[in-house]
Amino acid sequence: MERTSTGVANEKVLMWTFIGSECMLFGSLIATFLAYRDRSLVGPFEEELLNIPFITVTTFVLLMSSLMMVLALSAVQRGDRRGSGLFLLLTAVLGLIFLGGQVFEFSHFAHEGLGLGRNLFSGTFYLTTGFHGAHVAIGVIWLLTLWTLALRGRLGPEKSVKVEVAGLYWHFVDVVWIVLFTVIYLMSGAAAV
Amino acid sequence: MTDGRPRLPGRRRQLAFAALALAALFVACGGDFPQSSLRPQSDVAREIDSLFRGIFWWAMGVLVVVEGALLFTVFRYRERPGAARPKAVHGNTVLEIGWTIAPAVILIFIGVPTMLTLWRIDGPPPSSDVRVEVVGHQWWWEFRYPDLGITTANELHLPVGKTADVRLRSGDVLHSFWFPRVSGKRDLVPGRENSLWFTPDSVGVYPGQCAEFCGTSHALMGMRLFVDSPEDFEAWAARQASPQEAEGDPAPAEDPMVTAGREIFFGAGGCISCHAIRGTVAAGVIGPDLTHVGSRSTIAAGLLENTPENLAKWIMDPQEVKPGNLMLDMGLNDEQAGQVAAYLLSLE
Amino acid sequence: MGTYSGGLWSWITTVDHKRIGILYFVSSLFFFLVGGIEAMLIRLQLATPENTLLTAQAYNQLFTMHGITMLLFVVMPMSAAFFNFVVPLQIGARDVAFPRLNAFSYWLFIFGALFLNASFFFGGAPDVGWFAYANLTSSQYSPGHGVDFYILGLALAGAGSIVAALNFIVTIINLRAPGMTFMRLPLFTWMTFVVSFLIILAFPPFTISTVFLLFDRMFGTLFFEPSGGGDPRLWQHLFWIFGHPEVYILILPAFGIVSDVIPTFSKKPLFGYPVVVYSGVLIAFLGFGVWAHHMFSVGLGRIANSAFSGLTMLIAIPTGVKIFNWIATMWGGALRFKSAMLFSIGLVAMFVIGGVSGVMHSSAPADLQQTDTYFVVAHFHYVLFGGSILGLFAGVYYWFPKVTGRFLNEPLGAVHFWLMFIGMNLTFFPMHYAGLHGQPRRTFTSPAGLGFEWFNVVSTIGAVITFVAVFVFLVNFIRSLRTAPTAEANPWEASTLEWSIASPPPVHNFDRTPEVRSRDPLWHDGIVLPAAEEVFHMPNPSYWPLVTAAGLLVLMTGALVGLPLVLIGGAVAVVGIYGWSFEPIH
Repeated sequence: MERTSTGVANEKVLMWTFIGSECMLFGSLIATFLAYRDRSLVGPFEEELLNIPFITVTTFVLLMSSLMMVLALSAVQRGDRRGSGLFLLLTAVLGLIFLGGQVFEFSHFAHEGLGLGRNLFSGTFYLTTGFHGAHVAIGVIWLLTLWTLALRGRLGPEKSVKVEVAGLYWHFVDVVWIVLFTVIYLMSGAAAV
Repeated sequence: MTDGRPRLPGRRRQLAFAALALAALFVACGGDFPQSSLRPQSDVAREIDSLFRGIFWWAMGVLVVVEGALLFTVFRYRERPGAARPKAVHGNTVLEIGWTIAPAVILIFIGVPTMLTLWRIDGPPPSSDVRVEVVGHQWWWEFRYPDLGITTANELHLPVGKTADVRLRSGDVLHSFWFPRVSGKRDLVPGRENSLWFTPDSVGVYPGQCAEFCGTSHALMGMRLFVDSPEDFEAWAARQASPQEAEGDPAPAEDPMVTAGREIFFGAGGCISCHAIRGTVAAGVIGPDLTHVGSRSTIAAGLLENTPENLAKWIMDPQEVKPGNLMLDMGLNDEQAGQVAAYLLSLE
Repeated sequence: MGTYSGGLWSWITTVDHKRIGILYFVSSLFFFLVGGIEAMLIRLQLATPENTLLTAQAYNQLFTMHGITMLLFVVMPMSAAFFNFVVPLQIGARDVAFPRLNAFSYWLFIFGALFLNASFFFGGAPDVGWFAYANLTSSQYSPGHGVDFYILGLALAGAGSIVAALNFIVTIINLRAPGMTFMRLPLFTWMTFVVSFLIILAFPPFTISTVFLLFDRMFGTLFFEPSGGGDPRLWQHLFWIFGHPEVYILILPAFGIVSDVIPTFSKKPLFGYPVVVYSGVLIAFLGFGVWAHHMFSVGLGRIANSAFSGLTMLIAIPTGVKIFNWIATMWGGALRFKSAMLFSIGLVAMFVIGGVSGVMHSSAPADLQQTDTYFVVAHFHYVLFGGSILGLFAGVYYWFPKVTGRFLNEPLGAVHFWLMFIGMNLTFFPMHYAGLHGQPRRTFTSPAGLGFEWFNVVSTIGAVITFVAVFVFLVNFIRSLRTAPTAEANPWEASTLEWSIASPPPVHNFDRTPEVRSRDPLWHDGIVLPAAEEVFHMPNPSYWPLVTAAGLLVLMTGALVGLPLVLIGGAVAVVGIYGWSFEPIH
């Protein structure tokens, strides 16, 4: 690593700053979602659609992926090649499962008549969760790229900052989901079971 | 209020006063400004105006002091040959605290009247003598008097000394309702109702204009306010409220131009698909209500004087007069347009 | 000049912060002329009432593009030019933290700017104002492609700004030379730091609102559609949460420049350095809490209006403090009226006028008369022309020797200054009166008889003079580039680190990384050079940033043309990112 004034790698400072910017991005989406809550003129309405138990499961999957991410970083730092590859792959796969859940959910909603331009809920819901999903998708591609590096033995401890930065991103995307899960699902008035 | 007046020596002091006097001259008199916010003719406009004048003099004081200090420094401390390098001063805590507090104190003198004025003018109306509903359209104004059964366009009549309770809506995009002589602006926001009130205190005619960019011909979205004496207003309202045809069938000696114009208006011209004339079959809702249009002083949202020539011009080529507006060129020839104009002008 | 040798390819693939700074500068100068011509057309149209020089449609495109161009394609990139060239030199770095990302930012900016301006040739530029208030921007009321160009072009340029800002934050946090603590940073670097934070926090809400608008227009969502329950005011809130900090993004770099120039030409250190820094930070912080003062006439109610009124007034305090500190810096100094100093003093004088008129409409009731009139136009031109533009020109005259090794002609510089100073005052001062007397903004014509005639005539004459001033500058600029390079390392006897190295600086800036011992290192023997030779590697040139940005440009074009182009653009961008990621840096 190059010498830096703070001793923290440039890439990490970059990611932290980027996360600050992302907070405003998701903040704007969430603020809009809240401002338009219960203001749809026509159905289907959110409380009729949202399936909290299902999303609770995919939320759990995403949380587990964060755990895998921690394990992956630790493996890379230890120089454990097998562990690095394994845990990076697991993180990505859990992310993919989460995305699969989102695809299922979207298509189910569309089937129930919630087109993109149906009402205010549809617009805010699809865009807010869609933006998050896009972030997860980018994260998955990033993780798979790192995984191929790990497989080829090009992800030694000296490169661990690469994984650390990807991890920061991944954890942030998870945290955003916790907020979205709370705001969109838990506060929606939909029946929990 | 000239509390911020500078204490400067000699020539510069004179200069400062000259500048101040010049500024005051510009603001206070200097020409005829029929749409000026500095010529208030209502309670609300007067409140805003006196608040603004107070702030203005504080601002002038600050301006003169700061610019004076700057000019003094620039002239006094120019580099002189052979002089020693200036002393490196890094700061002065007392001074810096001082010029942090000073503006804060001035802001109190600006902020408190601001809040008091805001509280008086930006709340519910003190009374609701005349209720008016304003609907903004690209690019004209619809005025309805729900208690009087009147719908008209672009020319608002109000009785002097009575508080107008104005409700604002939009038929398409954002607009802003602004008669500078009687009130500040209030936007017309699609999908919601805004409100505004003021009590005009002088009889007269005051121009106003849309003040929120609303598309191609935003500049051509004017309007007029007629503040009438109570009697004049009564008379105006009584006439406007009467349906058009109730004033009697066409007089026997009716101008043949008018007769021909009426035929076109209700027939081949297609006018009635957009325009309404109360008391007739014309009940279109897209364009302005033309009941008693002959009594209006202007057409096309304050753009043209209401004369036969202008009306005909407007009917012939509305897109030339007001680009982008919804009125179609109905393909009338000169003669037909003149006839329709004659008919409309007969609707007094 | 070894620093800038090499052909076109070397500029296209450059990752050198100095060259990128020059690219930004030349681009912004080009757009300054474009925006200036737009302004001239506007002023010519308004010279007389009921003028027919321009059609309503043409006028509306011109005032929209004038605003967007001047704010986003002139003041921001010209500030970025200085961020790029100066900041690494001021902190003792050899480049920015991410040189290729820096090139990428430039390409995004220039592609966005060109893309948006291309709209003039493809069915018309956006004609809805730079603020693009919904629901006039809906596909119903703006069926042409102008608004789409606005959304997509600003998406590119905005992404470029965010990426550049991230880069400068990391650079300033992490690439400072030993001993260059935060409280020793030159003020220009400090303001760059603050502005970068403003950019990364203010642009995302704007991005989101344009995405909403895009979806409304292309996929039928209802975000700003009143008939579906959407609220046009949502756009206004999101826009001004971006738009007001944007004002400080535009002015704080100029503040930073004059905070460096005034001490240099007063031969005195900046008076009250910590307070000037903190007031800059405070202005930025408060800038996020005052957006609704652009919305006093919207009808948010008196509670909201009084809160935003009060918060807005507070901004006057840190701003005033800065002004006082500049005057105090000059007080007792030995002032040399070089062109850079003239422009700096001009900024102080003009910004005060813009500041006091700003206080006038911080008062919500007063603003109900002033908003959307020429009074506001006068106010923000005193701030943005009298402030930002004069400040940026101060920077041009100040750093020109450092960038090129040559001097701009001083007498011509003075002519430039005085013409511009007189021109801008003639242009913008009468607008105060026009506005208070009831002339609304954004009108392509005004009726005769309302008393605005003389104000508008004078404004137009002033605009012509301002235009001549710009021409004088261009002549000076081109002439000076042809003179012999005679500038020494520190021609102005300035105190900051960029003046410790040759003019122009060598490719690697510093032979040895200096250790800084004081706030004004060149005045107080505040530099210690290490005895040992340093081993360092400069980054290789790379075309991948250009490829990636070009892919995004194609993608945006595809959004207008069709899906295949979107896919091609996306694929190119992805290839670019991978090429970039796996390319060795050194």
